[in-house]
Amino acid sequence: MFLPRVRDGLVNFLIERLASSLFSATHCGVDPKMKLELRGITKRFPGVVANDDVNLSISTGEVLALVGENGAGKSTLMNVLYGLYKADEGEILIDDSAVRFTSPADAISAGIGMVHQHFMLVPVFTVAENVVLGIEPTKRFGALDIDKARQLVREVSDRYNLDLDPDAIVEDLPVGVRQRVEIVKVLMRDAKIVVFDEPTAVLTPSEIIEFFSIVRTLIAAGKGVVFITHKLKEALTIADRINVLRRGKVAGAADPKTATEAQIAEMMVGRAVQLTVNKKPATPGDAVLNVQNLSVVDPDGRKVVDDISFVVHAGEIVGVAGVQGNGQTELVETLSGLRRLNSGQITLDGKDVTHSSPRDLHTSGMGHIPEDRQLQGLVTGMSITENLVLTRYHDGMFSDGVKMKWPKAKEIAKELVANYDIRTSDPEQLASTLSGGNQQKVIVARELSRDIRLVLAAQPTRGIDVGSIEYIHEQIVKERDSGTAVLIVSTELDEVMALSDRVLVMYRGKIVAELDPKKVSHMDVGLYMAGSRPTESAGAKS
Amino acid sequence: MKDLLKSLRYTLLALVASLLVGAIIIVITDVDALKSGDFGKAFSTVFNAYKSLFQGSFWGVRSISNTIAGTTPLLLSGLAVSIAFKGGLFNIGATGQMLAGGMTSLWVGFAFDGPGWLQVPLAVAAGAIGGAIFGGIAGLLKARTGAHEVITTIMLNSIASFLVLWLLKTTLFQREGRPDPISKPISEASRLPRLFGFLDGRVDLVAHAGFIVALLATLFYWWLLKRTTVGFELRATGLNSDAAKYAGMKTKSLMVIAMLFAGGFAGMAGATEVLGTYGYASTSLAGNIGFDAIAVALLGQSSPIGTLVSALLFGALQAGGRSMQANTDVPVDLIIVLRALIVMFVAAPLLVKAMFRVKSQVVSQGQTFRGWGG
Repeated sequence: MFLPRVRDGLVNFLIERLASSLFSATHCGVDPKMKLELRGITKRFPGVVANDDVNLSISTGEVLALVGENGAGKSTLMNVLYGLYKADEGEILIDDSAVRFTSPADAISAGIGMVHQHFMLVPVFTVAENVVLGIEPTKRFGALDIDKARQLVREVSDRYNLDLDPDAIVEDLPVGVRQRVEIVKVLMRDAKIVVFDEPTAVLTPSEIIEFFSIVRTLIAAGKGVVFITHKLKEALTIADRINVLRRGKVAGAADPKTATEAQIAEMMVGRAVQLTVNKKPATPGDAVLNVQNLSVVDPDGRKVVDDISFVVHAGEIVGVAGVQGNGQTELVETLSGLRRLNSGQITLDGKDVTHSSPRDLHTSGMGHIPEDRQLQGLVTGMSITENLVLTRYHDGMFSDGVKMKWPKAKEIAKELVANYDIRTSDPEQLASTLSGGNQQKVIVARELSRDIRLVLAAQPTRGIDVGSIEYIHEQIVKERDSGTAVLIVSTELDEVMALSDRVLVMYRGKIVAELDPKKVSHMDVGLYMAGSRPTESAGAKS
Repeated sequence: MKDLLKSLRYTLLALVASLLVGAIIIVITDVDALKSGDFGKAFSTVFNAYKSLFQGSFWGVRSISNTIAGTTPLLLSGLAVSIAFKGGLFNIGATGQMLAGGMTSLWVGFAFDGPGWLQVPLAVAAGAIGGAIFGGIAGLLKARTGAHEVITTIMLNSIASFLVLWLLKTTLFQREGRPDPISKPISEASRLPRLFGFLDGRVDLVAHAGFIVALLATLFYWWLLKRTTVGFELRATGLNSDAAKYAGMKTKSLMVIAMLFAGGFAGMAGATEVLGTYGYASTSLAGNIGFDAIAVALLGQSSPIGTLVSALLFGALQAGGRSMQANTDVPVDLIIVLRALIVMFVAAPLLVKAMFRVKSQVVSQGQTFRGWGG
């Protein structure tokens, strides 16, 4: 009898606090000011200093972009701030007085909110249920007061123009909307400073624009925003200040009004970086990949690839642009032999490979860089050497049919590590110890070093650092110049436009346009990607 | 080598931790000592129990022989679970595969009448083949229909035990003049020779050459994983079957291959029990070994050396436990508790680290199966 009453009392207290904070906030219009400072933060892990004497400050009412390559220490720093890690040295100050966070609960009660890259939502719950998880408003006897939860979601959603339906089931919502649910969660817990960890990585271009308008609303309401990213264009668009991290240290600060992408990239990488792809005009030769009337139906009966025909010639790069989920993944899986097609014909170098297995395609001269390097491209629990021979271990060079010739494999691995600039002290280390960019270089080295006629590259540079992107692009162009046919499938429009000699746009399983990237604007390609057609004059360019 | 030492250290710490908890259990179950409040006596009970546990497992030829005899089937069936883990599968069917292997080796044991040097290897090989066929069924079912191997191997265990019950009642196998399901004895030439047979007159030294078979199997397991193409494919499939598929490996065939090898190892465990330990077959041939094998594989993190070490540990505990029960008031059931505690402590490396204040960020995690999604 006693315990439930105490708990009810506690919960009521929480709700009152929540309600009063909402109430006061709506009345004043903006939250009270707050200044957060990180001073001399150092965090060491065995063998690596993740943060080295980092100083940072953020106040309410501004957007601070924290940029840096993967592994530069951005996430570690934010985990220190959020109470997940304890810093070895340094202190955190709020309004000039030192605070100690031993858990996220401390950080939350100090007014810091975090929206993680991977959402922390229960997929089968409604928006309202997810939002109040952990701070559930209750009626008598501890029953969940879902009406109150709904009402709270509606209030917050209205106040910040988030447009959320409290009764929608989270798993039915698109990624962009799920992110807004996370934002509401943070706001309901009374955050004054909201940290976004790579928030745009999972969003489509139009969702990114919406996200930016949400950030502006938050700022107008007096919140502070920390925006962690490695996309420089976005940092320049939205931030008031930019801080650059490199190898755990603050490499400098930039003013988005005056700084250029190239300057910030140089700060991030530590040297001048080539942001555009340098290539000569293509000299296409014979047709290598010929796809005729290809259709693929998924297990649910939807036509995911719908009567597609195209040709990729030797010595040219063909790019497939499109918003994620318009059949590109299925197209690549079918071309690489992993998915059955329903109709159509595929020839590789004149040979019919319509029903070939992945192994047959490898030996017929296809190099495949899969979409997801950790799930499909690598066995991260194996060594770099083992991963470098993953697609040709059965070759006579590495295997006599029964035994592996490991000395030979190690010798080749050493060569590839040197030739493809894979940064590791020892190729016998696990592939999981490599950074994302170096993992991708392992795949690129493995596939391009084989004797191939066609490269099938899906999202070849997703989520990797600027230096590695530059390097991988160079390698792909080099491969083209040596007479290999290249098919690039990417949702990063910039990448497709920069690399390709010809661009195909996919929309709802069909190829809706074939364009010359030199003669068409990003905007027009974007319109094709969204399923509409640019005006007559723009269309005539294609 | 460094990894080996590291994993050995955790196993050792887990052993120490579980002996400590076991001591507490001995004390609180010793009602007399608690009543009288005589903690000196309680301490001496613990001391004597652990002393005879140690003596019963390593002190003297007889103890070592008992440990070896206990280790042999645990090691072979432990390999059966380990290799399945390496291929990304959870083999709960070592019991059934042992029974299958035991019966085929038994049949060779009395159906043929050759010289020992031919008869014994033939019977062991027959055991491996029988077990492999039985394990292969589970692999084939998974590859063809997607039926989860946890379900199918458990079902196959039941099928095997009833199959053995029926076979042992047939005239081909049943011992003349016996109403219960027990087989004819195999010929003396088919018996695995006793390891300490040179010590004349010591019939209590039960260790047999099955241990050599098990050691050779462990060596083969290492060679298969590290040196062969199939082993490379198995490991890749077990760690990331999608990447293996993208790399052109036939992951479905590899499932069957993993289960064939798994069944082969377990089948040899059954064979060495029939040909070495018993000399005949009964329904209790496999006992609990097939399930203890899971703990052996988990504790050994599926590595060849780890499986060997943990099988030895379990074999020693089994041998020592019997002598502990005989010499002190502590029942042999404590061994089951100790084994469970060891596995628990190994499964909870953070707990052990906290207990012994080990400072290190990473604890290497062994390869186990992928779960229900795979």
